[in-house]
Amino acid sequence: MDLVTELTIFVLAAFVGFAVISKVPTTLHTPLMSQTNAIHGIVMLGGLIVAGFADGALELTIAFIAIAFGTINIVGGFMVTDRMLSMFVRKRPNTEKTTPSASSASRPGAAGSDEGSDS
Amino acid sequence: MIAGVIEAGGDLSTILYIVSFSLFIFGLMQGTHPTTAKTGNLIAAGGMAIAVATTLLLDGIGNWGVTLSGLAVGTAVGVIASLRVQMTQMPQMVALYNGVGGGAVALIAWSEFRHAPVDFPLDEFIPVLFAAVIGSVSFWGSNIAFAKLQDLIPTKPLAVPGQQVINALLLLGLIVACVILASSDDPPEGLFIAVLVGAAILGNLVVLPIGGADMPVVISLLNAFTGLSAAAAGFALDNVALIVAGTLVGSSGTILTLEMATAMNRSVANILFAGFGGAPAAGAGTDEERPHTAIGAQDAAIKLAYADSVVIVPGYGLAVAQAQHAVKEMADELEKRGVDVNYAIHPVAGRMPGHMNVLLAEADVPYEKLREMEDINPELPRTDVAVVIGANDVTNPAAKNDPDSPIAGMPIIEVHEAQQVIVIKRSMSPGFAGIDNDLFYLDNTDMLFGDAKQVAGDIASEIGNL
Repeated sequence: MDLVTELTIFVLAAFVGFAVISKVPTTLHTPLMSQTNAIHGIVMLGGLIVAGFADGALELTIAFIAIAFGTINIVGGFMVTDRMLSMFVRKRPNTEKTTPSASSASRPGAAGSDEGSDS
Repeated sequence: MIAGVIEAGGDLSTILYIVSFSLFIFGLMQGTHPTTAKTGNLIAAGGMAIAVATTLLLDGIGNWGVTLSGLAVGTAVGVIASLRVQMTQMPQMVALYNGVGGGAVALIAWSEFRHAPVDFPLDEFIPVLFAAVIGSVSFWGSNIAFAKLQDLIPTKPLAVPGQQVINALLLLGLIVACVILASSDDPPEGLFIAVLVGAAILGNLVVLPIGGADMPVVISLLNAFTGLSAAAAGFALDNVALIVAGTLVGSSGTILTLEMATAMNRSVANILFAGFGGAPAAGAGTDEERPHTAIGAQDAAIKLAYADSVVIVPGYGLAVAQAQHAVKEMADELEKRGVDVNYAIHPVAGRMPGHMNVLLAEADVPYEKLREMEDINPELPRTDVAVVIGANDVTNPAAKNDPDSPIAGMPIIEVHEAQQVIVIKRSMSPGFAGIDNDLFYLDNTDMLFGDAKQVAGDIASEIGNL
């Protein structure tokens, strides 16, 4: 891709981001931040790519840490968001601390994330 | 392994990346309502799964030992951390995840640099340098934010004399070093590492002087930074998924940062460089004792039980005391008696945007009861009792009435307009802004001293006994 195409994508994505995020109510700003946080974990793809051409102990170590960091960002971010949002989904007045898990099978390594609160 | 099925940079991989970022955007669109947000998060996670799977199948992916062990370690740590974290600790968790994301960006930039072709084109080299600097700032800045929120280091502003000058010189030095690197035919790796280190020091120096109360803004801002650095990595790697996803996060973090700053009536620059949050203001009413009325849990229970409408104003003190469940109990007792109970949430209540809503949702407070500041303020004059729990500066009428107050102009929850006010607080000590709260001395204000959780529990049982 040439630079101009990339810049076009960048600018359009920025406007899409502003348009979509502006509509999110304050109530959901913490989960929103945690979810966008998980989304920037996508840099992990960069880790996978540089691991492919890594050569020597230093580069392999860098790649390993980059992948591990990125994966923590992705997996932890989406799971923790899911935990928070589970508390908003619950609507009936009940005092139970746990909610039966909804389907969470579609995510990478995210099974069993709906353990409910642990206060 | 089955790597190499998909051609790197080919149409198929690009199309899969487009599917992936479309799911991110669609997922975020679902995030506009509490009932659909959970599904939205799963959709975005699905988009991420597609992006990761696509990349793993690209040709050129290799070193499987390192790749798979990195994935395994990251997954294990992520799963364990997110299951263990408590809702009150969410701000530091987000700070930590943000930090590792920034760290990954910086390391990827370093790798890219080491494998740069002899004639590294500027349209890739500049993004690499940008990613290195911002990623490193974000990693260290987030770690400091984490340490402050976790009370590992003092939350007070820590600053050295001439801090602004040092920061400015450091930033200038980083820019000069980047220009030298970009214009050199054979850029030395030592200088690149120096840039990474310099950015790390800058990240520390910028966040260390910021007080605990301003952390919501810092976390939002660092989130935006990490997003933009991910987008820069996308430019360097010609990866459309990284560009779009990183930019979305950049937009989101920017919006939240500006919203927080507006809610505090301060500019982002003021928050970052003034070291205001937590600095005790000199001569702020500690010498003169002004009269206030103190009451006990029983009196409070009577006032509340015979009211028609009650508005609860929770602040960070409620989160610290883990009082959300006790407060919900109190509200339940009141509702049993037919009292209308609502919660007024200031935009900066808690330690990150929307944090208080999460804590109350954890205690099963229906989200319809969580009212935003603009929405509830007009109703307060018709409210019988406003209960302020662990909140201070956001209820200080000086912000409206006293043009000389340090918080003048800050939007507040106008509890002083309510018929009666009960303030639950540990002592008369001032809040983060270090200024006295006129609210405490009003005729219709009663102070109830004690731990928020304890007091709310006491009131709940007193109401039950009436």
